Amino acid sequence: MITFDAVEKRFGDNVVLRELSFDVAPGEHVTLIGPSGSGKTTILRLLMTLEKVNSGTISVAGRYLSHMVKGDKLVPSDEKYCREVRMRIGMVFQQFNLFPNMTVRGNLIEAPTRVLGLSKDEANARAQDLLDLVGLGEKIDAHPTQLSGGQQQRVAIARALAMRPDVLLLDEVTSALDPELVAGVLKLLRDIGESTDITILCVTHEMGFARDFSDRVMMFDGGRVIEDAPPEKIFSDPDHRRTQDFLQAVLNH
Amino acid sequence: MSDNLSRIVPVLLQGLPPTVIATVGGIVLTILLSVPAGLLLLSSRRWVRVLVRIYVEGFRGTSEVVQLFWIYFVLPVLIGFQLVPLWAGVLVLGLNHGAYGAEIVRGAVQSVPRAQYEGAIALSLSPAQRMRRVIFPQALVEMLPPMNNLFIQLLKSTAILALITVPEVTRQARDVLIPNYGDDTILIFGLVFLVYLVLAAILTALMRLAERIASRRVGRRPSRAARVAARAAGPGVSDRMAGI
Repeated sequence: MITFDAVEKRFGDNVVLRELSFDVAPGEHVTLIGPSGSGKTTILRLLMTLEKVNSGTISVAGRYLSHMVKGDKLVPSDEKYCREVRMRIGMVFQQFNLFPNMTVRGNLIEAPTRVLGLSKDEANARAQDLLDLVGLGEKIDAHPTQLSGGQQQRVAIARALAMRPDVLLLDEVTSALDPELVAGVLKLLRDIGESTDITILCVTHEMGFARDFSDRVMMFDGGRVIEDAPPEKIFSDPDHRRTQDFLQAVLNH
Repeated sequence: MSDNLSRIVPVLLQGLPPTVIATVGGIVLTILLSVPAGLLLLSSRRWVRVLVRIYVEGFRGTSEVVQLFWIYFVLPVLIGFQLVPLWAGVLVLGLNHGAYGAEIVRGAVQSVPRAQYEGAIALSLSPAQRMRRVIFPQALVEMLPPMNNLFIQLLKSTAILALITVPEVTRQARDVLIPNYGDDTILIFGLVFLVYLVLAAILTALMRLAERIASRRVGRRPSRAARVAARAAGPGVSDRMAGI
């Protein structure tokens, strides 16, 4: 579903990702872990086309994302092409990024009506279904600012799902939440993971969640994947010293 | 207090329609110019930015009075067409304040957090949809207070239209009232002050209203209905809801 081929990403002189290659199968749940600055979030941002690669290519569902084919050459993708491929990808952000100038309903129907071309009725029905799914059915006409952080994040998850993406990117979605709200959001994500076949890439510091949600965990350090294994292996018997140290630091904090 | 007051006030008020027309017309033109100019200042194309920059700096950096003389006295020589004085005034006021307004619009759009763009990109909205549906409505809230300032300045600038024979409030005072009621100079110009003050107060009241509506729409201040509902529900409810 997702292919990174020798991707390099630099910010100025700072190399964030080096020669990174990996594949994610359709429906797979992959969690990216590692110290901050190791490039995990950058991977999600590259997939959401919020950043551009310096070299290498990224493909999603068999189509180039970072590049497009022009004649017989591969050139960096332009805005129009990006938008086509991007429609298959959804993202949930650490800070929710709900639009404060719209109600919850507005947030959920905006893109389905304007981008997917759904009718108002279809989009409203979809919005209601998704809000029921995330347990906020009665908040459809509330304003995002009237909701708690946990509720806003559920709305943001529903908003991403309203586009029926093939790939869902979760960028530290519980990091900005009060501790007592984290469990509810994680449970919701588990339910979504079980009940859909969406391919999910997830950056998180919630190791318990990573353990039972993912099919695969990738440990990053210094812009490289240093360990890529099922969660049972990574969490109980990691090969790499850096992984052991990292997990120890995270689990004993 | 002079007993000429009852004769002075009506003459002064005859100047009110041109002053109000010039102000409203100038404000409309200011808005029509500053919004596109402000957005184009953020264009990714350099030549677009340069062109708009020339407009902005050209009108900010030269005297408004001289601009007025250009449009009223020089333009007819160049193109052989004389604008009606009032419309020449509206044009200069709009062009001039539109240049200032462009900077306000640019700054307000830039003040919208990057996260909002990213949220819109993640939903595959097109660049135009992002601006129109997500960014601009939020920027509007930031724009209104400085725009209020700008509009009051524009109102006061309408006095320069006296220089091109527009019979607005200041000209009525200087050219009609002073020659006839020379002993009442203090009263006459005191009243002129008052007229601008009242007009500015009305303008500010309208802009405050616009600010309230705009900030409510982005949830800065919940609507009255929502506040009442929240109070009725009690403080504990939202906390409990949050855990669900």
